[in-house]
Amino acid sequence: MTAYRLALVGAPNCGKSTLFNGLTGGRAKVANYPGVTVETRSGRFRTPQGREVELIDLPGIYGLTPRSMDERVAVDVLAGGAPGVKPPDMLLVLIDAAHMRTHLHSVLQLRALGRPMIVALNMIDLAKRDGLELDLRKLEDRLGVPVVTSQAPRKAGRAALIARLDRVLAEQPAPPAKESVRSIRELQQEARAIARDIIVSEPIMNRATRAIDRIVLHPLAGPAVLLALLFFIFQAVFSWSAGPMDAIDGAAVMLGDWLASLLPEGWFQDLIVNGVIAGVGSVVIFLPQILILFAFILLLEASGYMARAAFLMDELMRKVGLDGRAFIPLLSSFACAIPGIMSARVIESERDRLTTIMIAPLMTCSARLPVYTLIIAAFIPPQSIGPFNLQGVVMFGLYIAGVVSAVTAAFVLKRTLTKGRPQPLIMELPTYKLPDARDVLIGLATRAGAFLKRAGTIILGTAIVLWFLASYPASASGLRETFAGRIGALLEPVLAPIGFNLEIAIALIPGMAAREVAVGALGTVYAVQGVDDSVEGLAAVLQNAWSLPTALAFLAWYVFAPQCFATLATIRRETNSWRWTGFAFAYLMGLAYVGAGIVYHLSRALMGS
Amino acid sequence: MRLNQLAKNQIAQIAAVSGDDAGMEAKLREIGFAEGDEVEIVHLGPIGGKPICVRLNQTLIALRAEEAAAVAVAPRS
Repeated sequence: MTAYRLALVGAPNCGKSTLFNGLTGGRAKVANYPGVTVETRSGRFRTPQGREVELIDLPGIYGLTPRSMDERVAVDVLAGGAPGVKPPDMLLVLIDAAHMRTHLHSVLQLRALGRPMIVALNMIDLAKRDGLELDLRKLEDRLGVPVVTSQAPRKAGRAALIARLDRVLAEQPAPPAKESVRSIRELQQEARAIARDIIVSEPIMNRATRAIDRIVLHPLAGPAVLLALLFFIFQAVFSWSAGPMDAIDGAAVMLGDWLASLLPEGWFQDLIVNGVIAGVGSVVIFLPQILILFAFILLLEASGYMARAAFLMDELMRKVGLDGRAFIPLLSSFACAIPGIMSARVIESERDRLTTIMIAPLMTCSARLPVYTLIIAAFIPPQSIGPFNLQGVVMFGLYIAGVVSAVTAAFVLKRTLTKGRPQPLIMELPTYKLPDARDVLIGLATRAGAFLKRAGTIILGTAIVLWFLASYPASASGLRETFAGRIGALLEPVLAPIGFNLEIAIALIPGMAAREVAVGALGTVYAVQGVDDSVEGLAAVLQNAWSLPTALAFLAWYVFAPQCFATLATIRRETNSWRWTGFAFAYLMGLAYVGAGIVYHLSRALMGS
Repeated sequence: MRLNQLAKNQIAQIAAVSGDDAGMEAKLREIGFAEGDEVEIVHLGPIGGKPICVRLNQTLIALRAEEAAAVAVAPRS
């Protein structure tokens, strides 16, 4: 039996995802629309009378004038103009009951499409608590389509909706007449007239929201709260993830050892153990940090705080040419640029989205930390300057260098390649809600899956290629004689002016897989045993092999260099453009080269050598 | 008088919504701004009072001065 296709439509924050998760149990198929990177979820459920329904979760829209890429897809699907996507059989239009007066006209706009529809006044419990009283029967009469109330998180709150859905599917009432396009102003007037008619008692602004906003949006307390939250999140991302990351590392080593004992010795064993397991493991190890960061982002989004953060950051972001909503992708990029670049989809303006994607790799992602830690341990003495430790100050400086260069890059890009009028900011600040635990867990699972799929498949291919380069020809005795070593030797004259020696040039080749791979690669080049267990041995070797200017230049290199294939592949996917991907690679490499060069020569001059 | 010129916490009624370009007006209207609705500036951003957050009926909406200027209001005395 083919399932009945029901599209879930509504404004952002009206509880669509909660309803979707509640009806389908969160079992969703995530698919890409042809030609664009907007993902949609669809899932199935069975009505009490046994009808199969396929529920399609569309991106939130306020009306039929799309603003972002996400919204354009939703509008195309509704209008039946999305290539390769069958139009839905019926619309389930969700509207936040508390904001009915403001949003009712969107129902009229959707009704004009002439598709069968059912309207659900969602979060009716909260609206009633705030004082809303309305005449539901009259509303249904005036709209001419079935109207129910719902309370998405609770099974009982969804019962009336699915019972009504069953009845509508059984009766198949005539769809609303397709209307000629009316101006939105006319639709608003009609909607306001209906609202006047059916609302018996108007709700008041949610008290809790007003009280929280008095602090959270206060010109002084607001930024302080935001800063404290960010500090707490970063603290948690790094301290809570240590245990799970060690566990993943341990599991990868164990799996490698186990497979090594299982498989006959030879190239295949080497490929699986040192290529595939080690390569994929080097990316999967960041999953705990990404999960913790995303858990916080999902909680902040579900609670309604994220829009407030965007409000507080807007003017600051605007000074560099971005808008407040770029804040979330850039924040994510501190854990890993891949989910950061993917979440730039929420940005309305294509130019702003591109700018955000271009600068996201400059945020200090956690893959840089092993490199920074190694070099700092080897070359920066742990002496204190004032109340601070010099090593900590250098680490902090590297973070700041990333942020400052990102801001500068955005500033330059917005005045050159991505020039354009600033995108308007018109953003609803939702009523605060306690996040639904199931929604957060489902969201987390979806994003973790997307990261693993994206990073896993890309890194698998890259790991195999780089393993080959670093292991062959078979006659090679040591990394220097392999293809990677030879490519490094070719690069050495180019890198010599910025203070890099042959060993660094060689290590940068396998280091293209992911930044932290450079640590292991340096260990291999300098033939240090057991680098994976402790970097102390390698640090000691580097102290003798490198001058301080070389070490500092290496740090500067890693502030900028796009030494991460997975990020580049994600940029390619999200921009759907080789030119932008090439540009990102070229400009970041250029910055790395120039930055490392300046640091090298400046520090040599200062040291008088 | 324009919405961006309203004093904080001064309740007003929307007199007209008309952006310089049609896109702006459509966006403002789709999110809910309509003639006759009640608005009030309830929060100002931390840097130079930008952007602003208004209460439109029972809904909070953040916007910048440029967008707010497209909304004409009549303060309620």
